[in-house]
Amino acid sequence: MTDLICIVCPKGCHLQVDEENEYRVTNFGCTRGEAYGKKELTDPTRVLTSVVYIRGAAHPCCPVKTSGAVPKPQIREAMAMLKSVRLDAPVRIGDVVVSDVCSKGIDWVVTKDM
Amino acid sequence: MTLEYDIVVVGGGPAGLAAACAAKENGAKRVLILERDSEAGGILNQCIHNGFGLHYFKEELTGPEYASRFIKKAHQLGVEIKLDTMVLSIEGKTICAVNATEGLMEIRAGAVVLAMGCRERTRGAIAIPGDRPAGIFTAGTAQRYINVEGWMVGKRVVILGSGDIGLIMARRMTLEGAKVLACIELCPYSNGLNRNIVQCLNDYNIPLFLSHTITRIIGKHRVEQVIISEVGTDKKPIPGTEIAIDCDTVLLSVGLIPENELTRAAGIPIDSRTNGALVYENMETEVPGVFSCGNVVHVHDLVDFVTAESQRAGKAAAEYAKSTEKVESFRILSIKNGRKVNYTVPQMIRREKVDKTVDVFFRVNNVYSGGTIRVLDGITELCHFNREHLAPGEMEKITIPAVLLDKVSGDELTVELAVREEMKQ
Amino acid sequence: MYDVIIIGCGVVGAATAYELSKYDLSVCVCERSNDVANGATKANSAILHAGFDCPIGSLEARLNVEGVKLAKEICEKLDVERREIPTFVLAFDDREMGEIKSLYERGLANGVPGVRIIEAEEALRLEPGLNPNLKAALYAPSSAIVNPWEYAIAMAETAVRNGTEVKLCSAVTAIEKMMDGAFKVATETGIFEAKYVINAAGAFSADVYALVGGNDLRQTNFCGQYYVLDKSQGNIINSVVFPCPDEHGFKGVLISPTVHGNLIVGPDSYEVENGDCVATVSPMLEELKNQGHRSVPGIDFSQIIHEYAGVRPNTQIPDFIIEESKLCPHFINLAGIKSPGLSSAPAIAVEAADILRNCGLVLKRKKEFIDSRRRIKFRELSSDQKQNIITKNPLYGRVICRCETVTEGEIVEAIHRPISPRTIDAIKRRCNAGMGRCQGGFCGPRVHEILARELNVSPKNILMDEQGSFLLTSPIKEADDLDT
Repeated sequence: MTDLICIVCPKGCHLQVDEENEYRVTNFGCTRGEAYGKKELTDPTRVLTSVVYIRGAAHPCCPVKTSGAVPKPQIREAMAMLKSVRLDAPVRIGDVVVSDVCSKGIDWVVTKDM
Repeated sequence: MTLEYDIVVVGGGPAGLAAACAAKENGAKRVLILERDSEAGGILNQCIHNGFGLHYFKEELTGPEYASRFIKKAHQLGVEIKLDTMVLSIEGKTICAVNATEGLMEIRAGAVVLAMGCRERTRGAIAIPGDRPAGIFTAGTAQRYINVEGWMVGKRVVILGSGDIGLIMARRMTLEGAKVLACIELCPYSNGLNRNIVQCLNDYNIPLFLSHTITRIIGKHRVEQVIISEVGTDKKPIPGTEIAIDCDTVLLSVGLIPENELTRAAGIPIDSRTNGALVYENMETEVPGVFSCGNVVHVHDLVDFVTAESQRAGKAAAEYAKSTEKVESFRILSIKNGRKVNYTVPQMIRREKVDKTVDVFFRVNNVYSGGTIRVLDGITELCHFNREHLAPGEMEKITIPAVLLDKVSGDELTVELAVREEMKQ
Repeated sequence: MYDVIIIGCGVVGAATAYELSKYDLSVCVCERSNDVANGATKANSAILHAGFDCPIGSLEARLNVEGVKLAKEICEKLDVERREIPTFVLAFDDREMGEIKSLYERGLANGVPGVRIIEAEEALRLEPGLNPNLKAALYAPSSAIVNPWEYAIAMAETAVRNGTEVKLCSAVTAIEKMMDGAFKVATETGIFEAKYVINAAGAFSADVYALVGGNDLRQTNFCGQYYVLDKSQGNIINSVVFPCPDEHGFKGVLISPTVHGNLIVGPDSYEVENGDCVATVSPMLEELKNQGHRSVPGIDFSQIIHEYAGVRPNTQIPDFIIEESKLCPHFINLAGIKSPGLSSAPAIAVEAADILRNCGLVLKRKKEFIDSRRRIKFRELSSDQKQNIITKNPLYGRVICRCETVTEGEIVEAIHRPISPRTIDAIKRRCNAGMGRCQGGFCGPRVHEILARELNVSPKNILMDEQGSFLLTSPIKEADDLDT
């Protein structure tokens, strides 16, 4: 039995997940939490945010995020993809910066018009 | 140079943007935002993480995305924004501001909305003893350097304060290659959201030291080490519990203070419990025609609530600017914070200005796993609301129906908390 | 070959440089830090003392009273913030009455203008913020508060404008007396020669004297801490308030407004190892609060915005040491300059010039001497003046420091003055940016950006203050490997 705090929304329900029983989740506040409980123990993922360098804009950095959740073991790899990115202004929210992060069909996308 | 506007909003962050848009939507014609930075969006521009907008947009957005929605809306509605513009003083509804292109401006407003946000509490204000090295940053300043200017501020980091800003920066710095050695929290509980403890500390195995504080900073020119100690229930260090941590950076996330220098200088009364202006049910201050909203009134946890509050302020400001009846007298109910409640916003209600309901926001003084919020008229209970899990780090709201206000016999209401169980361990 | 090398550019070195720059001499000041006024000059109580607590007949007493008189004119000419406010020393019981009476006697003997003993009623009328339980007070109207680092900077800049050289990062490592009697002074930026050397090295003056073989000076390093309170506390008194000196003659915890509108409370006094110690120590810090309240009960200590500490340069000799060394001719010591050092600085400089004359150096007045300086303080300009200056230079329309209303124009102007500030704190000392409630939280990154741009260096190379106080470690995307 594992105790988990759900991170899907700011409520932070205290979930209980039974690994020995098909990952049955109890104490969830909504269905998203129930799904999170099982996934967190079988295939934990996170949405990532960071910045990349941009030329020709008011500031040197452009904020970006992953368009979906990245598997936890691949966070490092996903972050490393941003190292050599050099954007040129103008960019729009949603522009793809690096596509297909960790072969999961997730992209790094721009989150600020610059 | 003298200018005239119906509504002038001081601050172009989420509060100012929402107020300005609401003012426009409620009939104000000439609406101006004065923003000191080179772009609108306020602090959201450097909050590149997500978690914004879950209530308001039912989507999970990053700070810049949330800001962008309102910046676009402001432009569409025809709100004018002066950037790189600093307000120097406010007198009544006349604002003195300055920028490089237009010089010194005197701006006359039909109504004013104060939305200046807040500043961070500093090392000096909490008097951490020790050397004076470089490498001590408030979390927000570090966030600006990292997310906007593109520079890392340190390699081995200790964070003081486990509120959301500290937790977010713990993750941020780790993802950019720094080693965050510990998060130190004075209270026996963290003020931050549970989800942030998980995704910012637990995910990266960053230890959280509850009931601890930094008792000394060591380092001649750059931070070299901090000494942390456990604290007792009196929050004073317990001798013999010292731990030394070698590091090169200290981030301080030890509180936000509403930035009300302009408000004070304008003679607008401030509430010492919130450090923000005393406001009525529609966010009007005690000076008619001057409204206030957002973090400058009381520090919020969620920007979604800032938006809602600021829309109320903007709407009320527009109505004020339009109306010809400027001098009105009302029956005022003042709201007192009772047992276990630290403060309420608003602090005063004018019955005649309330439509169907009035929202009262407040914070409790400790963590409780359940209780009843009671609204009292003297010793008589007017209404009550049950709540599970209350904490100082989570702003609460109760909605009082207007019809109940008519039943109030005195001129004071008290909001207090009656608990089922005491303190969460 | 310089005529004179001055070692140290704190307020004493700067005042001496300013004084000597009035004459046709080649003078070089060697300062160990990367900015002037970075030692005791920036960590004191900023008071130009009336002079009643100096021992009668001492050098301190004479130079204190003269220095405070000279300060008035210098501050006016060189645009240094100074405010005349009186000093009170409070007595609560008979022992303390006796003490303030002897301070009064000293004041009379030292020629302190206007000093007198006043009853409680008059004291409270003159200064309502005092503890009403006091019995009587010593009252000295001739004191003032000043901006201590600006005082030093203004004098140093003016000296430079008149031909003096100031070398920063130039700690003196060795001094050799040559055959012809002149000196070879080795510093961290080069070796320089001079006919005369003046030792104004503050907390390190004994170390510097030792370089020429002087071993009879023992530095005693006493550190003192101060609290700085928010401007909302700056009005609770309009005077300098001292408690009665204790049994050891220690002046005690004073309360004073500052020229910036803040309130300071301090100092305490405890011995430290290093002359450049600036660390604050608790629980002594807590004790300051108790002592502060004893004199001025209305202080709201929840309004503390900052603390600082600094060492008082002192030696085992109780008075100032201002003389040509007997051991080493043409080497002049200005050592042991503890309180009232700030108050005495320009008078010490005049003494130093006299000593040089007596040594045989000819001091011929310059025909052309720049003796004025103007600093633009945007927040103090009238509306018209503000508008005019922005029209001439739009950078004055961009406010960088919100708490102190400091504009980009002022910061850029400061960077291009003599003795160019190259660090965040050097800008703070010259422009006040970063001194307010938010302690540089908002303006810090912006000042950083302006410095990097004006000095044409990478932001990574901008320091907070002394060498080694780097702020940034690397660009974000070239950081070390992740550690998840």
